[in-house]
Amino acid sequence: MNEIEEKSKAAQEFLKGLWKENPIFVSVLGMCPALAVTNTAINSLAMGLATTFVLLCSSILVSLLKSIIPKQVRITAYIIIIATFVTVVDFGLAAFTPAIHKELGAFIALIVVNCLILGRQEAFASKNSVGLSILDALGMSVGFTFAMLCIGMPREILGSGSLFNIPLFGDSFEPWVVMILPPGGFFMLGFLLLGFNWYAQRKKVLKVKST
Amino acid sequence: MGDLIWIFVSALLVNNFTLAYFLGLCPFLGVSGKLQTAFRLGLANIFVMLITAACAYVLNTWVLVYAPYLRLISFIIVIASSVQFVEMALKKLSPDLFKALGIFLPLITTNCAILGLALFSTNKGYGFVEGMIYALGAGAGVTLALALLAGVREETRILNIPKVIQGTAINLIIAGIISMAFMGFAGLFSS
Repeated sequence: MNEIEEKSKAAQEFLKGLWKENPIFVSVLGMCPALAVTNTAINSLAMGLATTFVLLCSSILVSLLKSIIPKQVRITAYIIIIATFVTVVDFGLAAFTPAIHKELGAFIALIVVNCLILGRQEAFASKNSVGLSILDALGMSVGFTFAMLCIGMPREILGSGSLFNIPLFGDSFEPWVVMILPPGGFFMLGFLLLGFNWYAQRKKVLKVKST
Repeated sequence: MGDLIWIFVSALLVNNFTLAYFLGLCPFLGVSGKLQTAFRLGLANIFVMLITAACAYVLNTWVLVYAPYLRLISFIIVIASSVQFVEMALKKLSPDLFKALGIFLPLITTNCAILGLALFSTNKGYGFVEGMIYALGAGAGVTLALALLAGVREETRILNIPKVIQGTAINLIIAGIISMAFMGFAGLFSS
């Protein structure tokens, strides 16, 4: 009985990040990278994976060190841990994929101030075991990467008529340049949130009708 | 002199931190409900940006030459401590301004616009004066964007907006339209 309960709890920690507490669509955290680098699908994916690495590593370290870190300076300690892993990602990307590193530019360094990561340390990793923190971090990052792709793919399809750099339409397609420019990011996320609201409301209406 | 003016105008309008780089979006969407608070937050931003730019320049010239991997960590520590310092200094020197800024001052530590400013201005290799002008322009740009959105939002409160689009969705779409208008300024640099 207990084992089953534990398993379902673990599954829940993982799944909540995907949908119910999706960092971008529901809690609206970590917006800067979500809008700034989602002009192509590849950039969105790279940013999602970089954030995944940082979130996972810092969650593990914070949950291991949670009893050592004094309460008064915990935020500073978290930030230094996060900054260390971001530096690792920054140098790693520069060494292995210089093209992507150049595209993302200073936004990789800005992962440090992504409220999503600090928020997970404060709200989850500092209170839970290593195993649960890993699941939570994985769920949140998969949710984050999923949301990044949700914004990035339509922007690339509409804005440059391609997906992952593969052209989709013939020469006759006139790209909506505005979608890969800054306003496109605002519009895309605005419309996605609109869709979410609409879905949530429809679900509520259906529930009322059925009772 | 001409260069300095261009740096200022570029950071203020063409490469506006909020509308073109999406930096500092959390306060942009969070506290832009009222024009007055938006304006005050903007002022606090300018203040911290100026101090950060000065510190970033000093760090970049004398420390990071020897240890480039310390860049992020040192910047973030400098920002956190300078915010703390500004808070204490203001409390002593000008209690009125301190009171007006309120909770926004400590919250600036986690504002990505500040770290973004330090990174961009050192990436561009700006000297001390250029860095300060850049910080001033960027801060003014953030304030301008905040005030514009707050102004529009104050008007939308009396409009009859469909329920599905209320909240963050409509704010983002408004921000998109403002950002589109700002793209017109890019023409300033074509010549």
